[in-house]
Amino acid sequence: MSTVQTDIQTFQIDIPEEKLADLRRRISATRWPTKELVDDRSQGVQLEALQALARYWETDYDWRKAEAKLNALPQFTTEIDGIEIHFIHVKSEHENALPLIMTHGWPGSVIELLETIGPLTDPTAHGGTEDDAFHLVLPSVPGYGFSGEPAERGWWAGRVAQAWPQLMNSLGYTRYVAQGGDVGAAVTDAMGRIAPQGLVGIHTNLLVPALGGSPMPGNTDEEKAALAQAGEFNTSGRGYFLEQATRPQTIGYALLDSPVAMAAWMLDHDTDSYYKIAKAFVDDQPTGNLTKDHILDNITTYWLTGTGASAARSYWESGQAQAAAAAAGQTPPAVGTEVVGFTAFPGEIFVAPRTWVELGYPNLTYYNKAAKGGHFAAWEEPEIFTTEVRACFESLR
Amino acid sequence: MSTVETATDISTFTVDISDEAIEDLRRRITTARWPTKEVVDDDTQGVQTKMLQELVRYWAEEYDFGRLEARLNELPQFITEIDGVDIHFIHVKSEHENALPIIITHGWPGSIIEMLGIIGPLTDPTSYGGTEADAFDVVIPSIPGYGFSGEPTEAGWDSARIGKAWAELMSRLGYTSYVAQGGDQGAGVTDAMGRQAPDGLVGVHFNFLDAVPKELLMAALNIRLAFSGDERDELSKVIAVVMRGYIAEMGEHPQTIGYSLVDSPIGLAAWMLDHDADSYGKISRAFLEGQASGNLTRDEILDNITLYWLTGTGASTSRLYWETGRAGKASLKDPPPHVRIPVAYTVFPQELFQAPRHWVKSAYHDLIYYNEAEKGGHFAAWEEPEIFAAEMRAAFETLRDEGSAS
Repeated sequence: MSTVQTDIQTFQIDIPEEKLADLRRRISATRWPTKELVDDRSQGVQLEALQALARYWETDYDWRKAEAKLNALPQFTTEIDGIEIHFIHVKSEHENALPLIMTHGWPGSVIELLETIGPLTDPTAHGGTEDDAFHLVLPSVPGYGFSGEPAERGWWAGRVAQAWPQLMNSLGYTRYVAQGGDVGAAVTDAMGRIAPQGLVGIHTNLLVPALGGSPMPGNTDEEKAALAQAGEFNTSGRGYFLEQATRPQTIGYALLDSPVAMAAWMLDHDTDSYYKIAKAFVDDQPTGNLTKDHILDNITTYWLTGTGASAARSYWESGQAQAAAAAAGQTPPAVGTEVVGFTAFPGEIFVAPRTWVELGYPNLTYYNKAAKGGHFAAWEEPEIFTTEVRACFESLR
Repeated sequence: MSTVETATDISTFTVDISDEAIEDLRRRITTARWPTKEVVDDDTQGVQTKMLQELVRYWAEEYDFGRLEARLNELPQFITEIDGVDIHFIHVKSEHENALPIIITHGWPGSIIEMLGIIGPLTDPTSYGGTEADAFDVVIPSIPGYGFSGEPTEAGWDSARIGKAWAELMSRLGYTSYVAQGGDQGAGVTDAMGRQAPDGLVGVHFNFLDAVPKELLMAALNIRLAFSGDERDELSKVIAVVMRGYIAEMGEHPQTIGYSLVDSPIGLAAWMLDHDADSYGKISRAFLEGQASGNLTRDEILDNITLYWLTGTGASTSRLYWETGRAGKASLKDPPPHVRIPVAYTVFPQELFQAPRHWVKSAYHDLIYYNEAEKGGHFAAWEEPEIFAAEMRAAFETLRDEGSAS
């Protein structure tokens, strides 16, 4: 590293035992509702799944392992735009590695990206070649995990997108790429539109341009299927979204005060990931890397950092920013980076057809449909995810 | 009570709250883990920390946990099983012989607590500025899944099924000529009763337009229907109701939010307070400035929240929204019959939207009464019991000649 600045501090996590004891005490004192009246997810997170999770969380789960895993990685904090930003920074041993900043989403955190660190930074040990290597930067979004909480309005995805180039610059990177899914896709999309100097490519795995603005076409079978998937989400899965986008503080009280309430809220994201996680706990059959411990590493990170409300506020901020842009009749500029890539994972909320992606990104340079994986693609299928990221950015080497 | 009741499997009911449950609640309140304050200076991010902390402080330090039990046990309460669910209800008969029987249904986040203040004015009008001819026999049931009623253990307890249960309840009580009233979810139940038109139901009164929002939302998609500027304002308020996070969440995934509502008292209180801007503002002033709006005092608010907590009904109450959503979708294909019995309507000025007369008229053809009250919001009966009671008297005046019996 040639230009690491003095205002970047190394960071270690050290949760006091008392906090862990308090968490266990709260889990064991849970007052449970009666069981849902249906045999599926149609009334929300099922009692059997959540009780299995709570049992494992209270008795078998070991946070110290997660803490040790994080502390074994080079972690740092630095202040950008008034907020303390926590990030993991793993440099590849390969000299010509391409710097990559990857942004997690909600209800995720840096935890969802940990298993991609090996394949991305050390490709020769993971079926790749030297030319596949990345220097990897994994920041925690403001209000999430170990980053600071914004104490003022305005931290929507677009503002995070302005902070990340500063972070990359302060690390001395002058030519880099960005990647994200979920909220991370919104940040990465915004970075592409801002097109800061040095950003030469983006890759996303949730189609942000399809989430607002003009409706997507439904001409082909593929498009019709994607519309049906999006419609399903809008009629049965938008509760958490609407609540966080409009009343983050209200739901925030429960997310801070009750571990099971928070776990339920986080598990209730999308149908595919819900059933995969439920199967991990109820049947002990994880899908890919979505194991009980990994799920709880993420949930426990939210709990111990007490960031349920602040993370929810990021939806409110983006809602406000979108409403303001719509009221002003603004259309965002096109993404101007050299590489614009997208991977459609089959279990994602909707599987965006190439035609839709091209509408959002007219300069699309890479599109692929992955064989496996859902909304948490990097978390669930780190190797497949890595292959996608390598392929997308290959032309920049 | 009359012999009719004992003969039809109606048992008296007394609230009995254990000290242990209250201690547990108090412990949870005092050990609550709080988020950071919202990053705005108003209620645009939801229930404000300052307000909720004051509510919680009052709840733990000043609120009398014995008052809920005492208030309810002063009233004649009963339980009877209908359609497999234990129905809890308050039944206060007037001393006046020709009193008109009325069944009043609460809503969410309400309960029978909202209705306690109208019992006096309705059953004992001569003590509250009315005459003998204004008297009602009052039945106030707890909706299945709410308060001290049992929780449905199967899907299907939508407004229509509750409406049928209420008709059975009134019949068991021996009433052969009665009226029904409701706002919020209670309006949905009362609307269903109106459509079912069970024997004995001679009229209904609403203070919330459950029928028209659905029809208007459909109409809004139809450009043949032009709306005036005023109506567009009201229509946008209707749409805003549907776009509320709590309605979406409870309508889609009641179980998920149910975990919060049953495990965290502050989570429950916040979720319940975040209903509409008007009532939130009023409740907020009650706690922060000690200025209650009408009868919406700190103790009244906490009686209701404490009832939800102690009965552990956060999830089961939410499921009614899920049922309502399902029934709403089904009714698009298979619409229920029109309401043919007389309908009365009162618009309260701070209700979520102020339905114009012709909206009400288009939903209910036999509109016998329409009035705009001078004060009151979404919880009209709770906030302004005297005004609400005056509306009941006026609304049903013309139906009394048809006689009542008990």
